Amino acid sequence: MTCGYAQQSQWSPRLKAITMKAGTIKASGKKSTANPSLPKAPTGIQGLDEITGGGFPRGRPTLICGSAGAGKTLLAMEFLVCGAIEYDEPGVFMAFEETASELAQNVRSLGFDLDELARQKKLVVDYVRIERSEIDETGDYDLEGLFIRLGAAIDSIGAKRVVLDTIENLFAGLQNQGILRAELRRLFRWLKDKGVSAVITAERGEGALTRHGLEEYVSDCVILLDHRVVDQVSTRRLRIVKYRGTAHGTNEYPFLIDEGGFSVLPVTSLGLQHVVSEERISSGVPRLDTMLGGEGYYRGTTVLVSGTAGTGKTSLASHFVDAACRRGERSLYFSFEESPGQLIRNMRSIGLNLEQWTKKNLLQFHSSRAMFYGLEMHLAIIHKVVNEFRPEVVVIDPIGSLIQAGNSRDAHTMLIRLIDFLKQQGITAFLTNLTSGGEALERTDVEISSIVDTWLFMRDIELGGERNRALYVLKSRGMAHSNQLREFLLTPDGVDLLDVYVGPEGVLTGSSRMSQEAREKAAAMERQQQAELRERDRKRKREALEVRIEALRKEFEIEEEEAARVEVLEVTREKTVNENRQAMARSRGADVGNGVKASRKASRVR
Amino acid sequence: MKKLAKAKQQPRSLQQIAHEDGPKSGEVWELRLYIAGQTPRSVAAFANLKKICEEHLQGRYNIEVVDLVKHPQLAAGDQILAIPTLVRKLPQPLRKIVGDLRDTERALVGLQLRPASSE
Repeated sequence: MTCGYAQQSQWSPRLKAITMKAGTIKASGKKSTANPSLPKAPTGIQGLDEITGGGFPRGRPTLICGSAGAGKTLLAMEFLVCGAIEYDEPGVFMAFEETASELAQNVRSLGFDLDELARQKKLVVDYVRIERSEIDETGDYDLEGLFIRLGAAIDSIGAKRVVLDTIENLFAGLQNQGILRAELRRLFRWLKDKGVSAVITAERGEGALTRHGLEEYVSDCVILLDHRVVDQVSTRRLRIVKYRGTAHGTNEYPFLIDEGGFSVLPVTSLGLQHVVSEERISSGVPRLDTMLGGEGYYRGTTVLVSGTAGTGKTSLASHFVDAACRRGERSLYFSFEESPGQLIRNMRSIGLNLEQWTKKNLLQFHSSRAMFYGLEMHLAIIHKVVNEFRPEVVVIDPIGSLIQAGNSRDAHTMLIRLIDFLKQQGITAFLTNLTSGGEALERTDVEISSIVDTWLFMRDIELGGERNRALYVLKSRGMAHSNQLREFLLTPDGVDLLDVYVGPEGVLTGSSRMSQEAREKAAAMERQQQAELRERDRKRKREALEVRIEALRKEFEIEEEEAARVEVLEVTREKTVNENRQAMARSRGADVGNGVKASRKASRVR
Repeated sequence: MKKLAKAKQQPRSLQQIAHEDGPKSGEVWELRLYIAGQTPRSVAAFANLKKICEEHLQGRYNIEVVDLVKHPQLAAGDQILAIPTLVRKLPQPLRKIVGDLRDTERALVGLQLRPASSE
């Protein structure tokens, strides 16, 4: 167990090597041959070299067993073709089942041109026909003829690799099992002595690895291919049953056979040693970037958007992809619900032209129904496509569909593997998840919420006879993020986020928000009008007051004038009286004081 | 011709046809014996073959011995795996007998010089 773990952790640097590109396989091959444990013959098959620690044992026979249609012949053929093309190791394919032309036809669809390789003296396909009805046996014999044929074929091109497919057919053609077994033992010994890396295929037997017990003779490396159907979904798996002298992966690994040939995917959890990035990338929605600390997501993290149906998860994903493509980054979009054409059309309605990116080969869509393959197969396909396309951004829409392809525990494991894988590659993953209405909203069907880094949550708010979309950031590791609920609008110009109305009426969205806003606007206008009215009133009052003040002043002035006039009259009268008195006094000759005189003078001046 | 008319009345096995028509038709038998070097088994096979032919096909046979050690490329032509292998090229159909022909009875059956069921 501990050994297995150590092995897994060793893979991480190797994985980088394969993920680079087919052209660098040589480099990884070199690396493995540098391994002092056992010389290896790299298979050139993606993933298989990783789990075998560099390939099949060099100079020794390897047994590949599996049931009919498991891919034995193909694996063997690819071992030869890759050897011939990439490692300059010519090979001999001894076919006991199919003729050379049939074989050439079968593998042409994978891009292997056997005839051309034969012309270049890199490959010999030798068809061995055994017709039981033609053959009678009398007495002793051996299989020297086979040895000579094989030997001649090997020597003709200096072959380093040999495939015997399927040597068990000898058991059908020849009766004497004793001789046959002895000869097979001798054959494998002879192959070892020749120093060729041999691959022997064999049919899976009842309760045993092979029908005729070939594993007895080939004991260096045994690989079992399995083609299993669970719930009507088939998955191909590969397991290294034994591999002498090498630490190897012991798990069952899913593998793919497609137009690119055979690929095995070491899809164990890769652990948590990935390099983290400080770089931030835009979510494609400026307002959302603002909510995420102003800069968007961290590169290489996992973003989950969950929400009920029709809340705009796919639109948000498309925005993210669009933004990535705008930056010139490659994006991969795995859609389990919509076809690429449908997605492109639908996104056009919110002003996103994704087609331009697919044309520039910045964006690739991969649409398939989730139940179409098994989970492992999905994972394998995603691995494969990611390794080929080398995207910076991967969208999986939606992850919940994958449950349909397996049970939820398997889906959970698979997603963790997938997230680890993407993180390891520094790829930003954007996952969407559909939450059904009846369930607790803040959970995902596959329980991966704890391993995502940023979780956006979208929900419907039902109010005032309508449903409106709202978005909030449930969590976002390592950044200050907004705790606000935002109204999520799908406009012809894309996604827009608006503040929701939060007030005494509660949280309002959509028309309610608009009507509330209108109400508030009206109220404000009224307040303003009233203020203006009051102001006018005051002004009028002030004017009235001023008029009154003026009137009073006028009145007062009149009074003052009157008073002055009365005074003058009084003075005049007094003067007159005084004069009269003085005159009287003079006439009487009375002695009068000066003071009186003076005052009389003053009044007179006036 | 008489025999053919008779045959129509009574169905015969292929072996019987070969047995009755083959050797008696005066046709020359082309036999090829594949060996790999002068091993005791090869020598024994050749000796056994010679004996059978002398007994049953006197003067009507050719034996070609192919040594695959010397001509390995010839192994593919007749699909030779086991050594020694005797190939009856003519008369048709092609027959192969592997082994050192030690068991004369079986060899005769194999060469269709004798019906499978002993009469």
